[in-house]
Amino acid sequence: MSATVIMRATAASDPSPAREAPIPRTRRPRYWVRNVVVETLCLALGFVLIIWSLMPIYNMIMIALSEHGDVFSGDIWPHHPSFQSFVIVWTEGFWYLARFWEQFGNSFFVGLMTMFMTLLIGSLTSFTIGRLRLRHGWLLTNAALLTYVIPASFLAIPFYRIMQIYGMGDNRWSVIAAMVTFATPYAIFIFQQYGKSIPMELDESARMDGATPLQIYVRIYLPLMAPALVAVGTYALLLAWNEYLYQFLLLSSPDVMTVPVALAQFLNSDESPWNYMMATAIVYALPPIIMYYTFRRYMAAGLTMGGVKG
Amino acid sequence: MSTTTQESLAVGRPFVPSLPRTHRAWHGGLLGSEFAWAIAFAVPYALLFCAFVIYPVAYGLWLGSSPALYTELFSDPRFLTAVVNTCLYVGIGVNLKMVLAFLLSGFFMRKRWWVKSLLVIYILPWAVPALPAFMSIHWMLNGQWGFLNSALWMLFGIDGPTWLNSHWLGMGANIASYIWKNMPFWTVIFIAGRMAIPQELYEAADMDGATGLRRFRHVTFPLMAQLYLVSTLLSTIWSLGDFNAVFFVSGGGPAMSTEVLATLGIRYAFTIGDPRLGVACVMCALPLLIPIVVLLMHKMRKQEVQL
Repeated sequence: MSATVIMRATAASDPSPAREAPIPRTRRPRYWVRNVVVETLCLALGFVLIIWSLMPIYNMIMIALSEHGDVFSGDIWPHHPSFQSFVIVWTEGFWYLARFWEQFGNSFFVGLMTMFMTLLIGSLTSFTIGRLRLRHGWLLTNAALLTYVIPASFLAIPFYRIMQIYGMGDNRWSVIAAMVTFATPYAIFIFQQYGKSIPMELDESARMDGATPLQIYVRIYLPLMAPALVAVGTYALLLAWNEYLYQFLLLSSPDVMTVPVALAQFLNSDESPWNYMMATAIVYALPPIIMYYTFRRYMAAGLTMGGVKG
Repeated sequence: MSTTTQESLAVGRPFVPSLPRTHRAWHGGLLGSEFAWAIAFAVPYALLFCAFVIYPVAYGLWLGSSPALYTELFSDPRFLTAVVNTCLYVGIGVNLKMVLAFLLSGFFMRKRWWVKSLLVIYILPWAVPALPAFMSIHWMLNGQWGFLNSALWMLFGIDGPTWLNSHWLGMGANIASYIWKNMPFWTVIFIAGRMAIPQELYEAADMDGATGLRRFRHVTFPLMAQLYLVSTLLSTIWSLGDFNAVFFVSGGGPAMSTEVLATLGIRYAFTIGDPRLGVACVMCALPLLIPIVVLLMHKMRKQEVQL
């Protein structure tokens, strides 16, 4: 319920009927002058916002389309635009990019596993707190709240050491564990909020028919939670895909490396071809951008919480 | 503030009262097998929390517990610079971002087709992963051939400074990048908050002759104040731990003069190879962090604002 309402609120494009109702207004002289001034100022603001929002992205695309020598020419558009950099990324034609698609796969693996684990653990926890009414369930809620307010980068140093103690150093699962840890609190909040809209009577009548809690969870709870699952799943996947610090610290060998770690390797050398780097960056940025815009309505629930955790 | 106004602040969500406790299926708690299921379902998160939150936090506290570390830290001028930088970064970055996001959310409430299309472009910085975005800003600010200086030269004939070679410009670049990346998110939050304000209130205010600033002061602001406060607190916590903007835009340079606590801690731990000093460095943010966390948890638990 809560989640859908937000989605509608953010997605609502048509003004409410109440808004349309004519409001008696004292007509001031030179009202249209004021209107024109306001409209002009709004257009100017819109123009500034477009420049502000798009400049770094334009810069990224421009460098990616430039040829190697042109990067340093100080032009503001590519003189000989070519997709050569993208071809190099696609064919892994540069030694920093030698295993690009494998790294891409690693990123996807980490993202998908984070998503599944977050959804599983988050939904089980909120089911037992919200539906089974586990006594002292608030302890888990508070634990989640506490995790939610710890800045992730502050835990990075002890986390690194602990992963070595667990024998999970240089292992993709260590990143997955970290990401699940930081994504689950958000999942628990959203599921608990959303779960309130599912009537308890459904659970009770299923119990009367002799269903076990596991059956209620699988047959009733999960199907009815689908929109919240999509919202949280997208959030978890993007969190893991976009994360840099933990992946950089926990993944060092080429076999397990993910795209952001590989991308940052370009910075190790001053001689790096920046057009290849920017092409890699764009290829890396495309899946999350596509996901954001595809799941925007679902993410709207995610808009209100999390999203910038990192 | 009355409960009604607090409820209406719940970012577009109607207040859903939790079922009274007597409404449980079993009054005195759960039956035996049900209870076993409930425990079994709670175990995964409990394990996760113990293994990956409690243990690292305790381990970190232990690592940073020696007082000698703090005398070492406070004798390091880079650390003192980082403390000042963190205060500037968080203080200016968060507040400027929040005020701008709040004002812009009002702009995006305008019902024009081009304002709506603009919102789609405006949230793009938030959709782009932090790493490529900040790398691009870093190259954009290059003094010799960066896009910004080239554009300044081509369009206005101004010879731009070497942005990242000065402490103040570097700090400014970090803060601006941080705002660039995170402002769309909070703008969207505030848009949702504004949409949750019942139109009747504005109509009533209109009847009473309140327009413009007075309407804002007496209707919009009181209703949004809680949301604004909680958002600012949450954003403060996250920006304290923000690593990417400083690490990739200025890289802490020139001469480590724009480091913040989060990046300096990582540098101590992994570049210099002294994890204890790194943890101690990060723990110096706790006196600021803990009061905010306590206040925030109090606010969020009372569900004055459901964020």
